[in-house]
Amino acid sequence: MRLRRVRAVAVKEVLQIVRDPRSLMIALLIPLMQMFVFGYGVSLDVKHIPLCVQDREASQASRELVRHFGASRYFSAPRPLAGQGEIVRRLDDGTCRIVLVVPADFSRRLNDTGAAAVQALVDGTDSNTANIAANYARAVLSAYSAGLRLDTVQRRGESLQTLSPVDVESRVWFNEDLESRNFIVPGIVALVMAIVGAQLTALTIAREWERGTMEQLVSTPVEPMELLVGKLLPYFGLGLMDAAICLALAVFWFGVPFRGTLFTLFFTTSLFLLVVLCIGYLVSVSIRSQVAASQVALLLTMMPTVLLSGFAFPIDQMPALVRGVTFLVSARYYVHILKAVFLKGSGLTALALPILCLAVYALVLVVLAARAFRKTLD
Amino acid sequence: MFGRILQLLIKELLQFRRDRSARFRLLIPPVIQMLVFGYAATFEVFDVSTAILDQDRTQESRALTAAFVHSSRFRVTLSAATRQQLRDAVERSDAQVGLVIPPGFAELLRKGQTSPVQAVVDGTNSNTALIALGYVGQIAGTFGQDYAQDLARRTGRARGRPLVSVSLEERYWYNPNLNSRWFFVPGVIGSVLLITIVNLSAFAIVREREVGTLEQIMVTPIRPVEFLIGKTLPFFLIGLVEVAITTTVGMLWFQVPFRGSFLVLLAGTSLFLLCVLALGLLISTLCATQQQAFATNFFVLNPMFILSGFSFPIASMPEFLQWLTYLDPLRYFLVIIRATFLKGVGMEILWHQMLALAAIAFGLLAVAVLRFRKSLD
Repeated sequence: MRLRRVRAVAVKEVLQIVRDPRSLMIALLIPLMQMFVFGYGVSLDVKHIPLCVQDREASQASRELVRHFGASRYFSAPRPLAGQGEIVRRLDDGTCRIVLVVPADFSRRLNDTGAAAVQALVDGTDSNTANIAANYARAVLSAYSAGLRLDTVQRRGESLQTLSPVDVESRVWFNEDLESRNFIVPGIVALVMAIVGAQLTALTIAREWERGTMEQLVSTPVEPMELLVGKLLPYFGLGLMDAAICLALAVFWFGVPFRGTLFTLFFTTSLFLLVVLCIGYLVSVSIRSQVAASQVALLLTMMPTVLLSGFAFPIDQMPALVRGVTFLVSARYYVHILKAVFLKGSGLTALALPILCLAVYALVLVVLAARAFRKTLD
Repeated sequence: MFGRILQLLIKELLQFRRDRSARFRLLIPPVIQMLVFGYAATFEVFDVSTAILDQDRTQESRALTAAFVHSSRFRVTLSAATRQQLRDAVERSDAQVGLVIPPGFAELLRKGQTSPVQAVVDGTNSNTALIALGYVGQIAGTFGQDYAQDLARRTGRARGRPLVSVSLEERYWYNPNLNSRWFFVPGVIGSVLLITIVNLSAFAIVREREVGTLEQIMVTPIRPVEFLIGKTLPFFLIGLVEVAITTTVGMLWFQVPFRGSFLVLLAGTSLFLLCVLALGLLISTLCATQQQAFATNFFVLNPMFILSGFSFPIASMPEFLQWLTYLDPLRYFLVIIRATFLKGVGMEILWHQMLALAAIAFGLLAVAVLRFRKSLD
């Protein structure tokens, strides 16, 4: 490998990037759009769930219960419903996501046996929201029950006993406020890097074919490895710039806590960038049309990164076969690393395993990419 | 007029049959997306890896541990011996939940006092953490209630009198087991349709322009409107076939129930396809090359997909984005397709969505046709 030739290829590629601003557009617009659309659009925080109530008793106790729900920030102001027919209609058309039915014998049962039940009809279409809504409803009820107990105990003049037999004191680590943005945004950085990286290099060889400059390239003394390095270097620079933009947006705009070190981030980002640039390069070598190369590169990077990297959908909840497939997705390791660096502040030693996987991945791809380019015209 | 449209239709279908890459684009991505989304996209929480530190070592603490072990929600991966071990397990992501039963747990319970249990949760994935915490509370709560009742029966003393409590009996309608697949699979049908049809139609016209055959066609007696109908009709048919295929896969392979009427779905799909085709047409009038069309598609389709409520609830977005979602035809189609699949409702409820789709289709078509005629001059 001669440095002089590598430099020549790199200089030529830089000139091409500067003169054909399309690459620069990709490098700038995609990150900005993705960060904003995903950063704002992708949230799993459930608040103000549309709540309807059918109070069949309309007693003081039942109204007090409904007031508790109204006071919770997780539910919207309760909307009263008249009959069974209206419940069905409101759930059908989506006006209510959860309907609370207070039975007609609510306070009687509460006074007689000390135990009453409230029915919640939850729209299960969006299963995740439904699950969270039911959890919140249970929390409101348990606070209400605790209040009732306190009242009864005090009225009877007894000494204060227990309000709930077992009390869970929970502590959340790493993402203390359970903000979904804090775990989604680092994932988006990976998504942007994957898409942009592969898009940038997907054009580089296909362009030579389309423009007819392939013959010239083949007739030069450049060797495949030199070509690879020379072609990737400028895009590596662009990619690092993108990473800087995305990470700055994540920290300063979206306010995601950053607890790791910049060095860990830089090192792992470089590795991942190498992987995606090589993917784009490999696509570019094997497909001679620029459009087709872009499409294939997009298909290879976007879908797996969105679905199989653990970016939003937890990997350990997938069926074993799909979980096995995720090990082949390079973004899986990078997403893991990013989340750990951002939220846990993990360093190189704690992340040794995913970094090693990423490094092996990069090595294999570099070897494949260097071999893929052949100096022939057919 | 119909003769000419028919001629063009036949030409298009022939071209499509001979174009291997178009067939690839039509068949492979939908099937892969269906399978991957169907299996990978899940927000369910089962088998959460859990570390338990039992410092009490009594019958009661073992019973509480057993309640976690036997729950399908948790998988106890580690019985920690020290607090440090438990912390390390959560720190290293070996366990997502760490549970500490402190010494004196049983003693407090027997006295009828509140007995604390500590839970440490890895909040990195906030959604999983939130749901897992809910389950921890549920299991501990049930255990406590049962214990208190049991104590009351055994001792018969005042302090063991059953605690006043209001419980929740929840019923999940439309999706009783909260299967995420039932939520995602109908959504995939809509988004796959959007992506493939916009791509196909935008590329079809841009290609003619790029190759130069658009001019050839324009010198034939065909009128622009006839050309547009003949050019888009095949994609309309292809879209319907695609919905039929993906719906069948969803029903037979993923076992998602279809409770509504196929006619309502057909009506919704037709309106949605009109929007999508108009969008493809509009993009094709804006782009001179396929490369431009590719980039434009990316920039248009990506936000449409995210803002549709496909996997992330619209209600959780900031307000200005929520307003933007009203312009997204996929938003309405997802409501229609999920409602016909799971809720089984018909026009009496879905007419809002149908009307919105019709309005968007009309607006987009008008702009697209006007621009297309201008681009020919």
